[in-house]
Order: sequence, then C-alpha cells, then structure tokens
Amino acid sequence: MSSSTLVSRTRYAVAENKLTLLAAILFALLIFCAIFGQMLAPYGPLMTNESARMQPPSWAHLFGTDALGRDIFSRVLIATRLDLGMAISAVVISFVVGTGLGAIAGYWGGWVDAIFGRVMDTIMAFPLFVLAMGIVAALGNNVTNIIIATAVINLPFYGRFARAEVNVRRDLAYVEAARMGGNGAIRILYGHIVRNILPTMLVQASLNMGWAILNAAGLSFIGLGVRPPTPEWGIMVSEGASFIISGEWWTFVFPGGALVIAVFCFNLLGDGLRDIVDPRRRT
Amino acid sequence: MSAALLTVEDLVLDFRTRSGMVHVLDGISLSLGRGEILGVVGESGSGKSVLAYAMMGLLDPAAQIPRGGIRFAGRDMLTESERSLAETRGREIAMIFQSPRTALNPIRRIGAQVQDVLLRHANISKKEARRRAIEALARVRIPDPERRFDAYPFELSGGLCQRVMIAMAMACDPYLLIADEPTTGLDVTTQAVVMDLIREQVRSANASVVLITHDLALAGEYCDRIAVMHAGHIVEIGTTETLLSTPRHPYTTRLIGATPGGHARIEDLASIPGSLPDLRRDLPPCRFIERCDRRLERCAVEKLPSVNLGPDHRVRCWNPL
Amino acid sequence: MIRFLRIAGRRLLGAVPSLIGVIIVTFLLSHALPGDPAVLFAGPAADAASVAQVRAHLGLDHSLPQQFLTYVWQLAHGDLGQSLTTGQPVLTDLMERLPASLELTLVALIFAIGVAVPLGIWAATRPNSWVDHLCRGTVTIAAAFPTFFVALLLVYVFYFLIPLAPEPVGRLNDVYFDAPTTITGFYLIDSILEGNWQTFAGSLAQIILPAISLGLFALAPIARITRAAMLQTLASDHVRTARACGLSRRRILITYALRNAMLPVVNVLGMVFSFVLGSNVLIEDVYGWPGVGAYAVKAVISSDYAAVQGFILMMAVLYILLNLVVDLVSMIVDPRVRFEG
Repeated sequence: MSSSTLVSRTRYAVAENKLTLLAAILFALLIFCAIFGQMLAPYGPLMTNESARMQPPSWAHLFGTDALGRDIFSRVLIATRLDLGMAISAVVISFVVGTGLGAIAGYWGGWVDAIFGRVMDTIMAFPLFVLAMGIVAALGNNVTNIIIATAVINLPFYGRFARAEVNVRRDLAYVEAARMGGNGAIRILYGHIVRNILPTMLVQASLNMGWAILNAAGLSFIGLGVRPPTPEWGIMVSEGASFIISGEWWTFVFPGGALVIAVFCFNLLGDGLRDIVDPRRRT
Repeated sequence: MSAALLTVEDLVLDFRTRSGMVHVLDGISLSLGRGEILGVVGESGSGKSVLAYAMMGLLDPAAQIPRGGIRFAGRDMLTESERSLAETRGREIAMIFQSPRTALNPIRRIGAQVQDVLLRHANISKKEARRRAIEALARVRIPDPERRFDAYPFELSGGLCQRVMIAMAMACDPYLLIADEPTTGLDVTTQAVVMDLIREQVRSANASVVLITHDLALAGEYCDRIAVMHAGHIVEIGTTETLLSTPRHPYTTRLIGATPGGHARIEDLASIPGSLPDLRRDLPPCRFIERCDRRLERCAVEKLPSVNLGPDHRVRCWNPL
Repeated sequence: MIRFLRIAGRRLLGAVPSLIGVIIVTFLLSHALPGDPAVLFAGPAADAASVAQVRAHLGLDHSLPQQFLTYVWQLAHGDLGQSLTTGQPVLTDLMERLPASLELTLVALIFAIGVAVPLGIWAATRPNSWVDHLCRGTVTIAAAFPTFFVALLLVYVFYFLIPLAPEPVGRLNDVYFDAPTTITGFYLIDSILEGNWQTFAGSLAQIILPAISLGLFALAPIARITRAAMLQTLASDHVRTARACGLSRRRILITYALRNAMLPVVNVLGMVFSFVLGSNVLIEDVYGWPGVGAYAVKAVISSDYAAVQGFILMMAVLYILLNLVVDLVSMIVDPRVRFEG
C-alpha cells in the first residue's frame, strides 16, 4: 500500500471516527503511564501507612487508600507497566509463533498443514481461560507462566488467520514469479508473502490485545501469577472485592476502571487500524 | 376502450445518495388497460426497474417524488399508507423478479411460501391454503406438485424456481403482474417456457402485465405494446407492430439495430455509441442528446414535446424520424 | 430424517478427535513438562512416602506411552485422582458441584440470548436511529469490562447501594430457606417440582445477579451479530419478494428475516460458550457460588493438581458437547447445511 493511500486512509479513519482519535490519545496516555508511572507516582506503591487505612478519595489521595494505607492512585499508575507488559509480551509471543507456524502450514500444505490444524483445533477445544488456568497450574504459579499461558491460548487466533492469508496468496502471480526467479521457499514466504499480510496481522494483534489484558487480569484476579504486594490491576480488584459489602468502593473501582480504559483503548485502536488497513472488513 | 388499470402521470423520481441527488426518472407517463401486456424496454440503468418498484410502492426510503402520480385500480399508489399498500400487493398487483433462486426464501419450503401469500390475502384455513397452493403449483406446471410442496429452492432448477415465483404472484388472481427481467439468467429454452407460461397465466386470468426487459426481441414477441426507456425518459411508446416496423425515435431505431434476431447477417448488428449520462448532473431536456445523430439546437434548451404520431404511438423528440 | 441422523452421526464422530486431543493435552501438561509429575500430584505438603505412593499409582516408573495408557485406563474408569483439599475422589467432588455451575450457566445463557436477540432485531429495524447508536455504543463499551469487575460492580450497586439483591452467599441463603430435595440438582427446577415456592423465590433471588454478570459478557457478541445478520437479511432479495407479495410486517420480520439471520447467530454461539465457560470460574469466585469453577480456583491456589486436571477435562468435555449441540441446532435452522454433509 502506497504511503499516500496510507495517509489518506488514516485521515479518513481519524476524521470519520472521532473514536479512533480518542483511542490514539488513550494509547499514548497508557504508554506514557507505563514508562513514566514510577517517576510520576506521588507515593511509593509499597508504602504502607497504618494511620491512613481505607480512606475515600481526597486531594491527598486521589483514588483513596487501601487496607494497608497504600495510595491507590500510585499503585494503579505503576501497575500500568506490569499489566501492559504482560499483555504485550503474550501478544508478541503468540503473534510471532502463531504467524510463523501458520504461514508455514499455509504455504506447505499437506501433512504439515494437517498437523497444524489438529494442534490448533485441540487448543480451541478447551474453553480458553480454563486452559490458561491449567497451564499455569502445571508450569508453576508465577508471572512468566501467566504470559506463556496467555500466549498459548491466543496462538490459534494468529495461526489460523496467517495460514488462511498465506494459503490465498500462495498461488498468486507475484509469488509464482518469485519462485521461477529461483527464490527459495523460506525467502518467498517471509520476503514476499508475510510482508504483505503483516498489516492485516497487526490489526488482529491490536484487536487481540484487549482480550490478552482481560485474560491476564482474570488469572491474577483468582490469585495466579502475581502475588501481593505487587501492584497489578487484577490483583488489586481482587483485594478490593472483600470491602464491597462495607461500601468501600474505591479499592476495586479504580483498578477495574483502569482495566476498562486499557481494553477499550485497544479495541477502538484495532477497529481504527482495521479501517486504515482493510476498510472492507467492517461489521 | 376500457378504463385504464394503471396510469403513471408525469412521474419525477430522485434518489438521495451520498454523492448527491440522482434524477432517476424525469416525467414518465404511461397507461395500461386490462388484459394488456406492456413491455418496458431499455438498457440497464435506464430506470425501468425503479419504475416497477414505484408502481408497487416498494421504493427505498431514499427515494423522493417531487412531482407526478401513479394510479392503480383507482388508488393513488404514492399516497396510500404502507398498511393499505401491503393489502394491495400480492392480491391486486404482484411482481416477479430476476434470479428466482435468490428471490425465494432459501430455508423455507416452496409450498409454504405460496401458502403464506394465500393465507395473507384470503380468509381461509391453513388446510384450504395448502390445497390451493398445490393447485397453484400445478397451474404453473410444476411436476408432482404434492411432493414438490415440501421442496426447498436449492433443490430446484432456476426455471422451476421462476415457476414457483409465478405461482406465488398469480395465487390470488391479481389484476396486474409486473415482471422485472423474469428470464435474465435463464437459458434460452427455459426463457421461452417461462414467457409462454406467463402469457398463458395472464390470458386465462385476464390480467395485465408490465414486462421489464432489456431484450427488445423478447418484448417484441410477447408484448401488445412497448415503451422504450432511456435515462429516465420514455422516449417512444406504441403498439408493438407500429413501434418495431416504423420506429420514430432515433434511440428506438438504434435499439432495434442492436437487437439480434431482426437481421440477415450478424455483421449488421450495430452497438449504440456512448453510454447513459450521469444522472447526478444537471441534464439537458433530452438525455439522449450526447448519443444522437439527429440532434437540433432546440434539443438542448426546450422542454421535450410529446408528439402523437397515431392513435397509439407517441414519441418525445424534436426531430423524430 | 435419515439424512439428518446420518449427518448428526458424522458430526458426533467428528467430535472424537477433539476428545482425544483434549486427553492428550491434559496428559502432556502434567507428564511431559519439566518437573516431577509425582511431586505435582502429591502436592506441596507431601512427604517422601506419599510421593512414592503417587508415583506407583500413576505408573511413572514406566515409559511415557505406558504412562499414557495408564492415564487413559484410569480415566475410562472414572479415576480422576484424589483431591488434596477435600480428601475425596476428584470425580465425586466435581459431580457434587456440577449442577450448581450448570444451573448458573444455563440461566445466564437464557438471559443473554433472551435480551441480545430482541435487542439486535430492534436495532436492525431502526438503523441509524438513536436506539441503534445507543445499542452499539453500549455494546462496544460493555465489551471492555472484565467479567469479574462487572460482577463486583453489580454487587456493589444492587446489594450495597440499592438494597435489592440478597447477600451473595451462594445458591440459597440457608438461614431463611431449606434446600429442595435433589431430583435434577437444579434448585429452580427441584423447588418447583416440590411445590416449594419460597425456596424457588429464594433460589431465584440468589441466582439473578450472578447470572446477569455472567450473561452480560455474552450479550455483546450475540447482539452485534444479530443486528448485522438482520440488517443483511432485511436487505436481501427474498425479503423484497415477501414485501412484494404483501406479507405482513410481522411475518416478514420473523419467518423471512429472523429465521434466516439465525444461522450466523448460532455459529457465533460456539465462541460465546468458550467465553462463558471460562468466565464461569470468575463469577463463581466473586459470588461464592458452590460450583466446579470455585472448586477449581481453590485447587489451583492450593496446588491440588489432580483436582485442577479433573476440572479442565470436565470443562473441555462440556464444551465439546455444547459445540455439538450448536452444530445440530444449526442443522435444524438451515436445511442447506444438511445437504452439505
């Protein structure tokens, strides 16, 4: 796609849909918080303060304090890095592995494709969150395994998509030409085909990020991976849950809200990117 | 002369689209009596299908009618409520479409679809409706109608599907059948079979037909009268014999020249130069002007006349042949 | 009819490879990954003797294929191992708790479909109206909410702020109500069968909030697909024919549009079920619902691996069965599918 088409489509996507602009702003905000959160937080995330426990939001503590007197605003801010980091790592791994395997399967066909299909089908035969729980239980309860589990359950999403796209392009004219030019299979596959499908795959990655965030947060909510006192949105919601019945809402609402904003941002971003890359696929 | 069943009076129709107002129809006038078969012939984009939808009251909400009227069986089809129109459709005025397979509900048995029409317009029991539906299928000569009642459209050929549509349309004995390109997409033999069937059905019911087609030869064979359309105008209208033997509008002549069947040699077939004008722009009074070799100065400025050339032969041209 | 059964049979057989795959994956998770399976199953509190016992029971001294055969053999006999936390066989634990989860999931699905489909139809019949935009906007925003967060918000609003919902103590508040005698295991059905209306009311009150929390996440995709499918169908050729025949608005909407639009909706249900079965775990955790999900959460935290494995197997089998049902329903809705074979 030429750069002028890219620019005009981007302009269309942003102008036509104010939401895409909003998503871009939120995205920038999130990245900013992830990078600079530690520096900008007014209080340390682990700083307990016995005298300031369970205080509602105030000017001193924008989001209030939790059961140990820690400032929730600081913790939410700092947690951005961990939450986004987990999700991005998982998405990158499943994107690379999934696209790679899918592309090979789509290009070679035959028994390679058959095995690939079977493996993907088997992963999809499980309710995905349940499979993630199982993987973490088997591998051990830590953050790395949360990332691995989230990556595994997202593999079919990229794998199947890449396979289908490569399959369609395999017999196109320009690929034939490359083959006749004496190019090796790997070279064709990655040099020509994958480069072509990369934009669409990136759209899928963005649409998938929201789901990855929710997954990782769900796992930490039930107590997997992240341990207290680490600040992470999922575990903070879990810690705050026990205080609902006594009405102390700020302990769970703010971290939960952060999750909503992050997922919302990536969903919108994915929609916007899709409008730029491939406007036909809108629902 | 019998009172006209259907009259269209100076109908002007525009479509509101993203790229502007499209002036699809510009002053259409015609009339149709009982038992007549009128052909409306024109290229694709001439507005003939839109005219058909307007007659049925089936227009898209984006359609606007700034001027003109359509009267059918004493009703004003443009001002009637949707509810009253729905009563009329299927019962007094019916329509069949091209691509019969997609025009039928793919997941509903064909007998049930005919039955639906009967139940809607007649106060009869389901059992009686079923009986009449089978009768309707038999009337359009669908073999083994009792069994075929339970068939799905994808189990039938295109020709059989078109027969089912005809059965649905004729089930309640309408006064007027509008056939929008009913044979397009069917093979030649099936085309003849379907057209013969239509003609037979309407003759026996003394119904009228508006046959919309791009095929002048087809219209020539089956229609009593023909109206030739170009870019939203009826340029010439008359009895089939008169029109085909002594066409007076340059476009009609071109059309006849481009229709296979009337020529000794295929080399004599001539295409019509140019294409339909862009209907979004402001257009000259005569829309054929760009493609006409008989154009005069006045064609670009003065409103088109309606010249009566005979008892039933009218042409809209400043310089007819 | 025969054709239908033949295709149904073929679909059933098609589920077998998935089942085999699931069994292999669960086996590999515990037996083929780095770490000692015996230690994994024996748990963190085990001494050398119990570890040796587990090792013998699982046949870990033999080759991997042998271990697999032992595993399959034990599965076939319903031996899912022993739970470290309850001391009971895992299968017993799961079967005790399954009705609670099933009841919750079913009520959630009924709610989700019951609201999403009419909403989607309504939005499709009024395209670009404020209702349509509100619907799409709400759905887009709602899709960003984690299930557990929604559940907590609902509890906060409807239990604490507006005292409408009962205390989230599980299926039935046994301070006020008696549990019905077990016939199906579903409190709602059993209490009706018994004629015990108070228990029915009590159970209903307890299940509403968790079911809505669970169903909300399924609502978004179903409503969206219904709307899209309806829009497409309403613009189709056969609806135009139906209008030309003067059929009533209601008849067109239901028989000529909705039934046709149902096929893509049914197809999306497979993916929806995956979400729902996964979210079940989170909802049960929030509401203290005594189902298999809550059991699994406790098991994962306390490293009770046999219980976790049993749970995964059960959920996978349930999911395969649900997908089969979806497949069969799509065959009923669309007769063309039967002919594809």
